[in-house]
Amino acid sequence: MEDIKEIVLEYIIDEYWEDEDDEITYDTPLISGGIVDSFSMVSLKRFLEVKYKISIPDDKATPEAFDNVNKIVNLVKEYID
Amino acid sequence: MAYSDKVRGIYSDTLKDIEDKGLFKQERFIHSSQAADIEVEFPTGAKTKKVINMCANNYLGLSSHPDVIKAAHEGLDTRGYGMSSVRFICGTQDIHRELENKVTEFLGTEDTILFPSCMDANAGVFEAILTEDDIMISDRLVHASIIDGIRLAPALHDTFKHSNMKHLEKKLQLHADKRLKVVITDGVFSMDGDTAKLDEMVALCDKYDALLFVDDSHSSGFLGKTGKGTHEKYDVVGKIDIITTTFGKALGGASGGCVSGRKEIVEMCRQKARPYLFSNTIAPVVVSGILSVLDTLSKSTERRDKLEKNTEFWRNGLEEAGFVLQDGDTPIVPVMLFNAKLAQNFSNDLYEEGIYAIGFFFPVVPNGKARIRTQISAGHEMHHLEKALAAFIKIGKKYDILGKSKKEIIEMYGM
Repeated sequence: MEDIKEIVLEYIIDEYWEDEDDEITYDTPLISGGIVDSFSMVSLKRFLEVKYKISIPDDKATPEAFDNVNKIVNLVKEYID
Repeated sequence: MAYSDKVRGIYSDTLKDIEDKGLFKQERFIHSSQAADIEVEFPTGAKTKKVINMCANNYLGLSSHPDVIKAAHEGLDTRGYGMSSVRFICGTQDIHRELENKVTEFLGTEDTILFPSCMDANAGVFEAILTEDDIMISDRLVHASIIDGIRLAPALHDTFKHSNMKHLEKKLQLHADKRLKVVITDGVFSMDGDTAKLDEMVALCDKYDALLFVDDSHSSGFLGKTGKGTHEKYDVVGKIDIITTTFGKALGGASGGCVSGRKEIVEMCRQKARPYLFSNTIAPVVVSGILSVLDTLSKSTERRDKLEKNTEFWRNGLEEAGFVLQDGDTPIVPVMLFNAKLAQNFSNDLYEEGIYAIGFFFPVVPNGKARIRTQISAGHEMHHLEKALAAFIKIGKKYDILGKSKKEIIEMYGM
């Protein structure tokens, strides 16, 4: 699980993180904090699905479920065999 | 279904929910023409109050200029009130084509097509020119109307970090196999007032064989030496493939927008863009007003020069007073307060001092980035700016934020 956390965090930093003065953690609010917008959420979902060979239903890919790394990892975990 | 109590209840509950979340937008009624000094009724039903407008898009102060009003009257008298039809059937007048030609000349492009608004231009252009074999790569902070246009297009979509050229280059490499690549950006980003690095973007688009789209709504008329826009500021006139802009801000302030750029792209819009094909074009009275504005701007840079000086005075004054500002050199000068409640209270206190400037907070800007967005106009005289600055400083002292850093303000008020 730590491995998934690290991978997701690294992807978010690489792909979305803009404010290099601040620090991003597993609990940093991504959607409500304005780091990941609705468009970017789509690409994040696609990244997770390709990376872990899973399919996340659209109704599960909510802003709440994507709001921090911990929540994202929990969501991914539900769909990994 | 009839408009039953059930239906009414659904909407009432939704509206109450919006209000409970503090997201309800209450309009302030202006009982005068748009200008530096306006008569405002706020809250609704209150006695009107004369205030200085520090948050209008009236950058050149032309919204109520006597010459524009006179031209509009002449347009009304000679061309009538409305077209009563979509343009390609029976709704085009000679002045519509005249305006397209003048905009083309002013912006330094190949051709122009008018739309009812810039929102319509952005809604129509991507679908008209792209297919599922193409890719749109947009800056993360582009305007909502561009996002709507992207949603309507069949092409794939990806984003790059705000103004991050390394990230953009990575995305251009990633999507190298696509038939067409379109890089999409605002010229001036309306929330922060910063500008896109168009010189670097043109170089990257040349290198990776991509088209460049710029929405220059918050720039046309005043940015650059002669006011052409962001492309003039960055010395890339003639190198932007698609420019969309509005006539509803600096260029008269009434309504209307356009797509200006490569002639084949403009022709594609004329053939396929749905907001163009299925909506009346700009009313003759407005076309005449805009033509007058373009004539004025072609003769003299006096207004954009005054706007530049006003902006410099305002930004320097706020900085010297100790406010935290967003970096930039456009007439959009956001005063950062970080906390939504503080932004709302600050705005209300300004109103009490006779200054009209609105607080912006989530979801308009991300949580923790609440601010008062001030916008400077050539219609402001020094006495307006001095009075507004004094009011900002007075209220800044009240909340003890002058000279405080972002971190200190967040520690005092939270995010």
